[in-house]
This record gives sequence, C-alpha cells and structure tokens, in this order.
Amino acid sequence: MHRTKVTIVEEALDANNTIAQANRADFDRAGVTVVNFMSAPGAGKTTLLERVVADLPGVRAGVLEGDVQGSLDADRLAAKHVPVTQLNTDSGFGGECHLDANMVRSALPQLPLDDIDLLVVENVGNLVCPAEFRIGEDARVMVSAVTEGEDKPLKYPLMFRTCDLVLVNKIDLLPHLDYDLDRFLHHLDHVHPDVERMLVSARTGEGVDAWRDWLVRVAGRERALA
Amino acid sequence: MHELSLSRAVVTTVEKHAAGRRVAVVRLRIGRMRQVVPDTLGFYFDFAARDTVCDGARLEMELVAVQLRCTACDHSWAIEVPSFRCPACSSSRAEVTAGNEFDVESIEVEEDACIGQR
Repeated sequence: MHRTKVTIVEEALDANNTIAQANRADFDRAGVTVVNFMSAPGAGKTTLLERVVADLPGVRAGVLEGDVQGSLDADRLAAKHVPVTQLNTDSGFGGECHLDANMVRSALPQLPLDDIDLLVVENVGNLVCPAEFRIGEDARVMVSAVTEGEDKPLKYPLMFRTCDLVLVNKIDLLPHLDYDLDRFLHHLDHVHPDVERMLVSARTGEGVDAWRDWLVRVAGRERALA
Repeated sequence: MHELSLSRAVVTTVEKHAAGRRVAVVRLRIGRMRQVVPDTLGFYFDFAARDTVCDGARLEMELVAVQLRCTACDHSWAIEVPSFRCPACSSSRAEVTAGNEFDVESIEVEEDACIGQR
C-alpha cells in the first residue's frame, strides 16, 4: 500500500450550484422570476407575503414554502388564493435548516410554472445556512426585524452581503424598544454598502407599498430580459 | 449548523475524485467569509464519511483571511471585521479577492503497490 496525493481544487458546493443553474434555466424558460426570501425565524416573512402576494398588479405570483415541518405557513398563504407548494425538509437525516437546489428541483413538477410570473421561495428561518445554498433564484431578499437587535449585519455578513434587498420589519415597535435604527443602518452600510433597504411594518402596513412595487418591478425586469 | 450539509458536500466531491480508492487525508481551504466552525465541520465530517471511501479520513483545514479590492481606486486590504467600504476612497465597490473559498484542495488516497514490483 502507498499513498498518492490527488490535487482537486474544486468548490465543494459545485454540485449544488450546477443544480441551481439547471433550476434557473427551467424558470427562465417558463418566464418565471424567482425570489429567494430569507430571514431568522419569526422575522415576519409569511406576514409580509400575506400583505402583498395576492395584490401584485400585472403579476401572477406563486409561493414555494420551505419549512422543517408542517404546513402552517402554506395554509396561511393559500387562504390568499395564490398557488402555494409546500416543501418540508425533514426527510433524510435530520431536518434541514435551509433549502438547497436539489430540494427545489424535486418540487419543480408540483409548481404551476405556466400559470405564474413570479415565484417567491420562502426559505427556512435561519440567517446562516440559506445564505450558502443557491437555489436558482434571480434575486435574494431578507427580512431583519428590529426585535433582533442592531448588530445582526456584523454577525451574519454572508446573509446580508448576498441579498439584493433588506426589509427592516416591525418598525411599529420602535417606540417600545431600545433598538437604534441608525446604528443598524450604519452596520448594514459597512457590511453591504448601498444595498437597497426598506423600513416596513407587516402589522400596520407601513412601507408595504414599496415592497409590493419592488416585487412587481423585479418580475417585470426579468420578463423584459427574457 | 450548515456544517452538516457542508461536510456532506465535501464527501460527495471527494468520492467523485477518489474513484473507489480509500481516502486517508482530505485537505480543505475555507475562507473566513463562509463562517464555518472548523471543529463542528470536523465532527460532522466523521459522520458524513461513514460507509464511504472517506471513512476514517483525516480532515485538514486551512483558513483563508478575507482580502478585498476596491474596483474604484484599486486599493487592496484585509479585514478582520465585516466592513466592506473602501478605507481609501469610501467607495462601496469592494470585491472579495480571497476569503470566499470552500474548496477541496487535495486528497491522499491509498493504492495497492504497483503490480510487477518484487
């Protein structure tokens, strides 16, 4: 027996990225814009979607709902009469803390791609893992709730750096918190300078129009490119 | 937490190149941007390696510091904390030139001695 060194130099997530590209090609062919929607648990992703998903002028939206278990969020969104597909990550060994390209690929046959222009993929609540795994999306949006504290961009730089839009949610609670919004924006500016950001309250509806317009704009932009 | 998925991705990549040979050492280059906890990755790797050619392989990890370059003024610098605005011209156009890696650099495989040797 002897040992041989084999030089590889290959990104270990290449397999995921290859599947993500295949997903993206399928979405492009169907003319569907895909938004990967991420946040920590409880930041308000589902409520922010409930606010806008059935009311996007000129855009037919669908949702792919990723959860470790259950269909509570999918049920809430289905009540808005938009097509919702549930994807649970608890098969295999242990519940996955994120969606990867292969899981999204497995859901493709269930997605009504011919009947929608925009697919919002609500990822599993988590600020670390979803940032690592591309799923074939055109854009990435994250929600950071003011109840999470101002330091989050510094603690989760990969997530904050890889997204195209940051929704700062629950701003109706600002009068009750010690949260320093300027400090958060200062940190955000260091981690991802010039990233688009919106101050919103899913509860009161403040700022939600801008979020709705953004989705309509992104869906239209992708269509123009197609 | 992502270390479990990452360790499985490492095993998949190694399996492809090992071509059935038993793997003794796996060397990774991991950029600081990836927020990987080396001890945790090592722990999960031992799990993910079970019943594969990587079973019992030693995992060696080289951590790579984050290096940035400003595309506006060409200034290059290293960061310890996640601050991506150029300290020279305050432009936001920093690109990461090192620190994003999650590469399988090389492996060492065990092979039978060449047939024909005495």
